[in-house]
Amino acid sequence: MKCFLRLAGGLAVLGVVALLAFIYVPVKRTAPSEELAAGWQPEPGQGEYVMHASDCVACHTAPGGEPLAGGRAIASPMGTIWSTNITPDPETGIGGWTLDEFRASLVDGIAADGTHLYPAMPYENYRLMTEADIRALYGYMMNEVEPVRNEVETTSLAFPFNLRFGIRAWNWLALGHASGPSAEIAGTPEARGRYLVEGAGHCAACHSPRTPFMSQDGVTAADGNFLAGGVIDGWNAPALHGDGSALKDWSVAELAAYLATGRNAHSAANGEMGLVVEHSLQHLSDADNLAMAAFLKGLDGDAGGIPETLAANSGSLPEAPADAAGEATAAMLTEAQPGMPEGARLYLDNCSGCHFVTGKGAPEIFPELAGNSLVTGSETGPLLSVILNGADVPPTGKRPMHLVMQGYAERLDDGEIAELASFLRSAWGNDAPAVSAADVAAVRGAAATH
Amino acid sequence: MPDFKYPNQIDELKYGVRLKMMQKPSQQTVTVRRSGDETALPYRSLGSFLPGNGVGGAGTHWNGLNWRPQPEELRLRSHVAENWGEGIIPEGMNLGDYPVSYDELEPHFTHFEKVAGISGKAGNLNGEIQEGGNPFEGWRSEDYPMPQQKRTWDSQKFHDACTAAGYHPFQAPAGIASTAYVNPYGMQMGPCNYCGFCERYGCYQYSKSSPQTAILDALKRMPNFECRTESEVLRVELAEDGRTATGVTYWDEAAQEEVFQPADIVILSSYQLNNVHLMLLSGLGEAYDPLTGQGTLGKSYAYQMNGGVTMFFEDEHFNPFVGHGANGVCIDDFSVNQNDFGALGFIGGSYWRSGTFNGQPIRNMPLPKGTPSWGAGWKDGIGKWYGHAMSIGSHGSHMAYENNHLDLDPTYTDRHGRPLMRMTFNWQDNDLRMNQYMKSMMEPLAASMNPDLMQSGFKGPGAQYDVRPYQTTHNTGGHIMSETAAEGAVNRYCQTWKAHNVFAMGAGNFVQNTQYNPTGLVGGLAYWTVNAIRTQYLSNPRPLV
Ligand SMILES: Cc1cc2nc3c(=O)[nH]c(=O)nc-3n(C[C@H](O)[C@H](O)[C@H](O)COP(=O)(O)OP(=O)(O)OC[C@H]3O[C@@H](n4cnc5c(N)ncnc54)[C@H](O)[C@@H]3O)c2cc1C
Ligand code: SF4
Repeated sequence: MKCFLRLAGGLAVLGVVALLAFIYVPVKRTAPSEELAAGWQPEPGQGEYVMHASDCVACHTAPGGEPLAGGRAIASPMGTIWSTNITPDPETGIGGWTLDEFRASLVDGIAADGTHLYPAMPYENYRLMTEADIRALYGYMMNEVEPVRNEVETTSLAFPFNLRFGIRAWNWLALGHASGPSAEIAGTPEARGRYLVEGAGHCAACHSPRTPFMSQDGVTAADGNFLAGGVIDGWNAPALHGDGSALKDWSVAELAAYLATGRNAHSAANGEMGLVVEHSLQHLSDADNLAMAAFLKGLDGDAGGIPETLAANSGSLPEAPADAAGEATAAMLTEAQPGMPEGARLYLDNCSGCHFVTGKGAPEIFPELAGNSLVTGSETGPLLSVILNGADVPPTGKRPMHLVMQGYAERLDDGEIAELASFLRSAWGNDAPAVSAADVAAVRGAAATH
Repeated sequence: MPDFKYPNQIDELKYGVRLKMMQKPSQQTVTVRRSGDETALPYRSLGSFLPGNGVGGAGTHWNGLNWRPQPEELRLRSHVAENWGEGIIPEGMNLGDYPVSYDELEPHFTHFEKVAGISGKAGNLNGEIQEGGNPFEGWRSEDYPMPQQKRTWDSQKFHDACTAAGYHPFQAPAGIASTAYVNPYGMQMGPCNYCGFCERYGCYQYSKSSPQTAILDALKRMPNFECRTESEVLRVELAEDGRTATGVTYWDEAAQEEVFQPADIVILSSYQLNNVHLMLLSGLGEAYDPLTGQGTLGKSYAYQMNGGVTMFFEDEHFNPFVGHGANGVCIDDFSVNQNDFGALGFIGGSYWRSGTFNGQPIRNMPLPKGTPSWGAGWKDGIGKWYGHAMSIGSHGSHMAYENNHLDLDPTYTDRHGRPLMRMTFNWQDNDLRMNQYMKSMMEPLAASMNPDLMQSGFKGPGAQYDVRPYQTTHNTGGHIMSETAAEGAVNRYCQTWKAHNVFAMGAGNFVQNTQYNPTGLVGGLAYWTVNAIRTQYLSNPRPLV
């Protein structure tokens, strides 16, 4: 959602360079990536499913507002971008859009009136969707969504970001890839998973790094940096394969459970990923969540066995013992000598009840801190914010519990939280630099102004 | 919904002493007297029992001891008749069989244990006795959903003493998570940290079985679910012919007005005391009259008969700050199905337990008798004995009697002008004899552990009910289940005999109290009732018996 924020620099440069060249030349919309048979009709429910897979609701719904009626404020350093009303209301929504116009918004980032969309809309990724899915989605949006009259605030960014033709230049760089799926989409779960991850799921929008021009560096699995980790609005969207992969110790089943329920034996989804789970992934079939998991794990070679169903864990789930890297910290915390470092003591007093001396937490409910990408990320804001303000995991169909971690803003001061966070970042084999009380103060201050 | 935040939630003064989570007497209370000759006075300061208040009820701040009754307890009159003859039943005791059997309830006990998330070890799996479990429990079709909890040092000592004495110790069945847990609704628990703040508090760690961990968020996702807080039901409204209810009238606290809520089915689940009160006020049966024996509402109110021994060991360190509400090792060697009522001269039994379950400093500072209760002597006593005491508790059955009952008070009214409910209750010889027997058996066991000091607290002959000290919130009966409409207020499906679309949950259904904490039976009966509603009632609403 906030993918757009760091596009600022790139846009500024390009906007100026491309000014004259692009102002007057009419835009061209990409043709359908395939010809569907005459009389083609989507399967019942297909359009709604594609809408969930594409996570339209998360951005196009204002807090407390009607679904898809737009009006969500997406804060950016250049000003606020307001998501648009995509219900079929003819005046304030997309009721008047033709299929070609609708398709162009997904694959070219061009609205019906010819203006360029801000790339907060992940058309770099939606471009990889099949024509069948685009048409199913169109049919759903036009015929099954209730029109809602909702005039959303127009986005008015400051100069030069208000010059939308600049985006046209940027699109040249960003839309180098052909429209339509990048590979075979059927046959194996991995193929289906690849299609969903690359296209509708638009995972690369956060999890791929950005080029100097802030376009996605890695849009398909053929690209080297695909899902190699990105930074979005001060959050690390961790690498999903390779050495630093956040999924290193996860099985396909565990990853699929995380996608479907926002929690698994290792971790819990909060922040932006929590929204993705809440609005999108929990609504997908088990087969699709398993397929995406299989594809992602397969990026590092053999994914191992793919379970037939997403057998949701139930019953008793014993916690894991400390692993080799975590043993020394676990032993130190268990001994609980009065002379232990302040961060360790604060951990024992405030955190160990749930996350344990092992840093392993408890399956499905208390996340692991050992090897947790949010704990060790280059961006420390999210970790400090979780300690200060708490975090929550949204309720999902298979796991209806709204899990809440409380905040410690009232209980711990900036210096203590810095000690605690620095301890977490170096305990159980974690190896990330310390944070300072000033870092904590900045996050505390930001929360206060919200 | 309350905010269970650490450490705010474990404020003992606020929650443990000032009872923030309990019903306020100014909002709802009872009047109490010990016999028909006394004038009942309002229970203005909570003591003996602590009705829960608000979403989650007492299931939020209970201790989590989750027991099934013994099969014999559900057919106690027959058990007595078959073994000793009805002649041993004391005059004035309403001894009954439940109109539902253990075998019928078994699947529902199992389901409730899965929903609630109970830790324990089976003692009787489909009739096969299991090493380490309770050999005297009723059969269970499956083991507990979570492994048994760990032992604290006091419970280990008790365990060893019991083994040496030839008894059969086992870990208490606990609605306290021993591991992370996912229940059949996908709801979750996290492993308990043994902080010892279960009783009177909400668990901030998702570790205690409670509506919050077991069901509420799952319910919120149901499109046909709505929860209205701050809404106190004042009465159930009956149709003109009195055969069905049309809905309930409740007091909307925010709007300060009465609201009628129409309903196809009314399920009363407001706790035993409130259920009986609402039924009396609504005419959901005829009020019981102890003089004539007529009427059923308010009949067979029962409670719990408890006692215990505390031991002091100068050289032992029990770390009483480690524990949880259902911590401990138990024995059932003196339980209902083990006792020879004919020879012992009483009907009943108890389970024993030892294990710190609340190391909360204000309320739990056991000191030897004779230690000053304030000042320097008290401080010296604490300096010497803090952390050196352990105790064994006896948690015993309580029978139902003709003269222990509930009705509407002739004098006192609540803030809505409704008569308060009046409790007429006193201890009876049968149960006091049972208690004295437990004392006689427990003291030698305690002595075998060689404490430096020990002291007993068991009510004996002539003891009178005192509402001031906390005893248990295990109030039972008053709308008891029965085979026929003449004997009780609800039938075997907890459906009121009076109006077939009114069902009642809770321990008010108990024919007489069991020796155990009630909630396992309350939960089993709830699922049994819900099953009857779903499979028998909805398709054809009618009296099911
Ligand atoms: C401190 C404590 C410790 C306990 N420990 C144990 C234990 O270890 N083991 C055990 O088995 N049992 C224990 N119990 C008992 C256990 O809590 C009860 O058996 C159980 O909670 C009863 O469930 P219930 O649904 O019948 O009533 P409750 O849980 O009391 O719920 C009743 C609900 O109805 C609401 N209500 C009341 N009147 C009205 C009205 N007029 N209108 C609308 N709503 C109303 C209340 O606010 C409450 O939410 C304990 C109780 C207490 C207080
Ligand atoms: S002892 Fe365990 S279950 Fe009880 S309040 Fe503490 S953490 Fe929760």
